[in-house]
Amino acid sequence: MSKAILYDSTICIGCKQCEVACATQNKLPYNDGIAAEERQSEHKYTVVMTKGDKFMRRLCMHCEHPACASACPVGAFHKTKEGPVVYDVWKCIGCRYCMMACAFTQPKYEWGSLNPRVRKCIMCPDRITAGKQTACAEICPTGATKFGDRDDLIKEAQDRIRQNPTTYLNRIYGLNEVGGTCVLILSGVKVEEFGYPASAKIGDTPMPEYTGQVMSKVPDFIPVWSLVLGGIYWISHRRQEVAEAEAEERKKNGGAR
Amino acid sequence: MKIKFTFWRVVFVVIMALGLYSTFIRYTRGLGAVSNMTDQFPWGFWIGFDCLCGVMLAAGGFCMVGAVYLFNVKSLHSVVRPAVLTAFLGYLLFIVGLLFDLGRPWFIWHQLIYMNPHSVMFEVGMCVMTYTTVLFFEFLPNVFERFNLQAPIRWIHRIYPVLIVAGILLSTLHQSSLGSLYLIMPSKLHPFWYTPALPFFFFGSAVAVGLAMTIFESTQSAKALGRHLELSVLVQLGGALLVALWVNALLRFEDYYRRDLLRQIVKPSYEAYFLWLELALSFVIPITLLSFKKVRLSPNGLYLVSIISLFGFITNRLNVSVIGLETYMGRHYVPKWTEFSVTLMIVAMGFALFRLAVEYLPIFPKEEGIRTSLAARSPVLSAVAVPEHAGD
Repeated sequence: MSKAILYDSTICIGCKQCEVACATQNKLPYNDGIAAEERQSEHKYTVVMTKGDKFMRRLCMHCEHPACASACPVGAFHKTKEGPVVYDVWKCIGCRYCMMACAFTQPKYEWGSLNPRVRKCIMCPDRITAGKQTACAEICPTGATKFGDRDDLIKEAQDRIRQNPTTYLNRIYGLNEVGGTCVLILSGVKVEEFGYPASAKIGDTPMPEYTGQVMSKVPDFIPVWSLVLGGIYWISHRRQEVAEAEAEERKKNGGAR
Repeated sequence: MKIKFTFWRVVFVVIMALGLYSTFIRYTRGLGAVSNMTDQFPWGFWIGFDCLCGVMLAAGGFCMVGAVYLFNVKSLHSVVRPAVLTAFLGYLLFIVGLLFDLGRPWFIWHQLIYMNPHSVMFEVGMCVMTYTTVLFFEFLPNVFERFNLQAPIRWIHRIYPVLIVAGILLSTLHQSSLGSLYLIMPSKLHPFWYTPALPFFFFGSAVAVGLAMTIFESTQSAKALGRHLELSVLVQLGGALLVALWVNALLRFEDYYRRDLLRQIVKPSYEAYFLWLELALSFVIPITLLSFKKVRLSPNGLYLVSIISLFGFITNRLNVSVIGLETYMGRHYVPKWTEFSVTLMIVAMGFALFRLAVEYLPIFPKEEGIRTSLAARSPVLSAVAVPEHAGD
């Protein structure tokens, strides 16, 4: 069963402990300056944003049907059976199509490096296979970031909305967006205010399907189109041969006609 | 050997110097230092122009090969070789452009071993590799003839039908797949340009560009090399261009009509201005001009029309790759001067190699005399320092 992260922004106190734990886990630099940065980057896989008394966390959504994995020409991204979408840097050629393809603009790039890597949250795959929680969920003092089975977390999120319908908007962001994600978000305000793409805009169709419709036709297109082209070649040259043969024939008959 | 310093040669040297400086920055300080690309704009001018436009401008190769060898239109025979040469150089330079744009170009060969058949980028990569190989073989007879090697010529002629079919097949796939790349971004690319028909439009416009490019390059090189130009060939290409432009324009209109966007495209907006520019240059002006018989029969008229429509389709590719994404990304992207200078260097290299190839190889059918004397007058092609009396 697929694992997931449930982030409940109404319980979040904006302590940024998840940022610290993430940096430690992934050996990223962290200091007051980086803590103050309100956006993700090559050295900040997750961010807690503040707007008045409201908080919102951003991280890779770990889509059920990841666009990055379908877009990557060398298959440097893949979704593990536990849920994380992970990145094999040694395959990467640096085309950055993953960054273009991601509806949540999550992959970031090491623009200053001479051997640049794509950087994003990989949902602590080693911890998960070892039976542990993600670093951010483990450290969260209020339980705003909770780790568990996706189905269980969906049920829990629905329960929370039912019990406190005034606190929450009646919506679990990530339940169906782009075919469902392994990061689920509960909130009292619209997540779009914090830069998440609108559900209506990204839709429920998995992004790989848009290109898949074309790519699935390629294997059939190649033989059919080759045959058509070969046929045209044969016909147009056959006509020439026939015309030449007829001209020859006429010559032989001494232009009798 | 004496090299004269003409205006264009000085320009060429300056372009190369600046380009080499930018190349140095690119490989010593990274993509961030050489370009204005950011996490919000991971694809910039190099993808938009060098790749999308570069491949599009190389379309003359498969269009002319298709016309002459597939459909057996003999009258166009004189333009096949320059068209194939342009395509071959175009693809080589496209690969050079990729070596700048890829973050880890030294792993480009990973394409061949870590294949992901679901990826459009994988299709693009495979088409680049295979079609460049096909173009190399289509180009080879020039070299064999130059050195009068009869056996290899016969050998190439035997596999020519396969090369022709493979070349057109791969071009169809490649041109359209560059459009398919953007299909995965329905929420990002502006609806003026995002349409499920993108791969068809990219292919359709490539055919029109192939015709326009052939008119442009044969007129340009005729001027540069002081060659006589067969008007009948140009007129034929111009007629085909008119048809191709109409087909493209009608398909675009039908797409906007079906997606109910006709009212939006006439309303002024940031995207609309660029769309108007694109539609005016690629369709309205060229179609209007070509509707006059006087223009259709005049070499200068056809030359002008082909240049206008080329700019139109270049605008289209840049709209798809840059302008159409700006609203979603929430910021504007303007290339850094070093990005321009790398592109300029690559284009200049293209002109130089073309010039050298026509000088040394039997690209154009033999014609006597006047060649060298008039070559110096050419504005663009003689920009390259070619030793005098070369190739005689």
